[in-house]
Amino acid sequence: MNLGLTILLIIPLVGAFIASLMPQKQVGPVAAIVTLIQIGFLVPIVLDFKAGTDITSFIDETWIPELGIHYSLGIDGLNLFMICLVVVAWSIATFAASRNEVNQPRMFYAMLALAEVGTLGAFLAQDLILFVLFFDLLLIPFYFLIGMWGHDSELGNARKATLTFMIYTLAGSLLMLVSAVALGVLSSSQAGTPLSFQFVDLQANLVGGGTQNWLFLGFMIALLVKMPIPPLHGWMPITYKATPLPVLIVLSAVVAKLGAYGFLRVAMPLMPNAVESFQVLLLLLAVIAIIYGSVMAFSQDDARLVVGYSSIAQIGFILLGIFVIDGKGAEGAILQMINHGVVTIGLFLIIAFLGERVGSEKLSSMGGLAKNAPVFATLFLIVALATLAMPGSANFVGETYILFGAFQAEFVWGVVASIGVVLAAVYMLRMFQRSMQNRGSVSDEETEARSRELDASEFALLLPVVLIVLAMAVYPQYVVERVEPNAKQAVIYVTEPQQAATASTTKESEPAK
Amino acid sequence: MNTLIAAASSVQAPSVEWNSLTPYLILGGGAIVTLFASLITGRVAQRGITPLLAIATLIASGVAFALRFNEPDFSVLSGAIRVDDLAIIFSLIFIASALVSIALAWRAETLQNFGRGEFYALLITVVLGMAFLASAQNLVTVFLALELFSIPLYVLCAADLRREGSLESGIKYLIIGSLGSATLLYGLALTYGATGSTDFAGINEALTKNGLADDALLLAGVALTFVGLAFKASIAPFHQWTPDVYEGAPTPITSFMAVATKAAAFALILRYTGEAVLPVIDHWQPVLAALAVVTIVVGNLGAMGQKSLKRMLAYSGVAQAGYLLVGVLVASGFGARATIFYMIVYLFMNVAPFAVITARERAGAGDGFDGLRGLGREAPALAWSMTISMIALSGLPITAGFIGKLFLIQAAVDGNYAWLAVVIVLGSAMSLTYYLRVIAVMWMGAGATAASVDSGNAVIAGAAPEADSSNHPELVAVAVLAAAASVVFGVWPEPLLDLARDAAIAYLQLVT
Repeated sequence: MNLGLTILLIIPLVGAFIASLMPQKQVGPVAAIVTLIQIGFLVPIVLDFKAGTDITSFIDETWIPELGIHYSLGIDGLNLFMICLVVVAWSIATFAASRNEVNQPRMFYAMLALAEVGTLGAFLAQDLILFVLFFDLLLIPFYFLIGMWGHDSELGNARKATLTFMIYTLAGSLLMLVSAVALGVLSSSQAGTPLSFQFVDLQANLVGGGTQNWLFLGFMIALLVKMPIPPLHGWMPITYKATPLPVLIVLSAVVAKLGAYGFLRVAMPLMPNAVESFQVLLLLLAVIAIIYGSVMAFSQDDARLVVGYSSIAQIGFILLGIFVIDGKGAEGAILQMINHGVVTIGLFLIIAFLGERVGSEKLSSMGGLAKNAPVFATLFLIVALATLAMPGSANFVGETYILFGAFQAEFVWGVVASIGVVLAAVYMLRMFQRSMQNRGSVSDEETEARSRELDASEFALLLPVVLIVLAMAVYPQYVVERVEPNAKQAVIYVTEPQQAATASTTKESEPAK
Repeated sequence: MNTLIAAASSVQAPSVEWNSLTPYLILGGGAIVTLFASLITGRVAQRGITPLLAIATLIASGVAFALRFNEPDFSVLSGAIRVDDLAIIFSLIFIASALVSIALAWRAETLQNFGRGEFYALLITVVLGMAFLASAQNLVTVFLALELFSIPLYVLCAADLRREGSLESGIKYLIIGSLGSATLLYGLALTYGATGSTDFAGINEALTKNGLADDALLLAGVALTFVGLAFKASIAPFHQWTPDVYEGAPTPITSFMAVATKAAAFALILRYTGEAVLPVIDHWQPVLAALAVVTIVVGNLGAMGQKSLKRMLAYSGVAQAGYLLVGVLVASGFGARATIFYMIVYLFMNVAPFAVITARERAGAGDGFDGLRGLGREAPALAWSMTISMIALSGLPITAGFIGKLFLIQAAVDGNYAWLAVVIVLGSAMSLTYYLRVIAVMWMGAGATAASVDSGNAVIAGAAPEADSSNHPELVAVAVLAAAASVVFGVWPEPLLDLARDAAIAYLQLVT
């Protein structure tokens, strides 16, 4: 069996096992070092990747023939950089967690590793049931991570938070399970082929347009909950407040992107007609998310919720990019998924540092923290400017692509979405000013006492994030080139479903000869 | 006198193929031997010999059944029973469930007052009745087998003689169970009246040939039969006895009833729908679909507010019966396979919770949710087993419960009942609220920290945290094995799928 991509799924588990053999205090550091090994395995995969490669299933084993389920994993332009994001985010989160002692560290790091396996698996899966399986699997560790190591807040205790999170996300993804099964069963019975849930097979035999609409609903709800897009975002505030910050880094930066990725990977190729019929609804939801998220982010006092609501706005942009159904838009969406993932890691790290200095994550109790910390303030500012898509940042490139697509599709969407760009500047700068600059009522002595420069470990955590932000800003082409062909292809599935389907079947049959 | 002899010789006694009856004979013989062995007095004999005999009986019978697997079917006793793969799989489920029950009952102090030999002998008799039921081929066998397993079970529910709850449970089960049996008997009689045959095959033939599809007598008979079966399988709205009886009965018996009684009822429902009344499927299929919906909703709603784990599991069992019913009512090979697979998985998923409840009851913590508080720290092995079982019951990956639900959903979609698949997952979403609550109590929140203080005190008081689990190695072993099976078959379901397919082939031969 080819271990190519499976190794990525195995390393975290092996790492968690090795770490659990260590004495309590060493568990965290060992688990963190293992994540570096994983990055080491990822680098050649990225370097070997040729732009424009069609999905290459590195692994394709029949897992449960009776139920038509394949264990098949693969990488193309759509998920290559998402995989990188997963691995990097988990590495930083694990290092961030290992700075402090946690209760029951063995279980904590094992759960964190399991969550990574689930997320990576979902991004890699090339079989619909496998995708759903990993999508659900990653919820179990998050249930423990939030419930056992979470904080109580005025919105409810950690148990309530984790239960809210689970019920929202699972109710969605169980519906997705039915849709997935129905898609496979109907597709195979219609074509008279053996039951298979592999994307290529499903794509070769698309189900009828009317059925697609029903099936799409199941997927749509699951994916929108995960992102989250209003009005399905009810789990977000309480969960964000309860989740321990290292866990929140991965939850917000990576897991939320799985929803957007699902639309590109599953919905567009497999249910193209439905994507077209629901286009307007989803564009509307996207615009609502942009406005609602921005406005809410502007009015929050809790720093986590500022980032949480701003993520809703940013995810709204990504959804917009996907559903303008335009090559540029899709490309921008993927670029923005990566960019937003990276800056979110940075922002939550910064919130953790701010919280440690002030003893609270409320913006109203912060202020003046830049006084003795010029490096911290600079790094924060870079991340903040990237988040608000300052020209020169990769986020600017991403948002521009999305807006291009939006204006091309329908002028009005472009106009409304542009408002979101402006609002982003408002809430991000407000957060930066309230925490780092305005001293408000804080006395001089207190400012002196709590304005602290980054120590070595904090600097080491934040620096890679800032470096990635800068690298992406300087040379976004590296990503764009690799994403472009597959993003365009995803759109072609929708605009010319017939042609795309025949193209994929001929491609399928060629190697068989 | 001569006339009498002449009459007797003119009656053709059915030829009995004793050889094919071996597994049943072992059970019957074992029950009697165990009963007599209990006459040997002395604590060692009581604690050692009778359970060993019972275990040996069950294992021997299980082996005899297993050896017959994939062999040509045996039609025995003039076609009264038929030992096919379907019957064998279900019989093995009964036997495994009984073995678990024995492990849980082995050191139960509360069962001392009830004769131990009688306890085991009755349990084996129940298994014998169920095994007959799973292989029944005509209505008379059905009723005999049903009573053979029901009556000892009434007694076993009341086995905890000194506890009011147990007696109440026994009486309730007796009354409701008898009502169910009577309804069933009425239904069987009407079916016989309408078709003139007691054989499943005969009924099927009569229905096909004589165009009885709209015959009122027949439909009444079929309806009453389903009601009787619904009582046994705790399908809503005939489930009301379940929580009370489960809560009151001794936990080892509850664990047995939760799995084996349900399996027995579903074995019969599979056979009855597939072999006897398939020609009138248009009449009963929508009714069963409605029952499935009601069962799923009622079960999940009922389980939500419970404080007792046994009551919660009773309601969750009701909901699971609803899921299983979906597999049955599509009446396809796919559906049968899904039902059988889920039934096997159901055994694994249910064993661990009852083992944990038994352990908590012996620790004096009772069967409430509160009794589990802080179990994650005190007894991680038990807590993990419970956690995995709850994850499996709620149908999350990577457990066998996920594959089982997936299979049922495929069967529903394949059988043009996609909306029932949606009902299944909505039910599962509802079920998360109470399954996850169990996990939360064990691992999370104020309870977990408070319990860590408690266990600190317990250490001072001389009860080491591990004492809890090390006192009951058999409970821990059962729980861990069952939980491990739930995970292993979630990743590698192939062996169980093969078993289910073989069993369903037997079913399909009968359908076609």
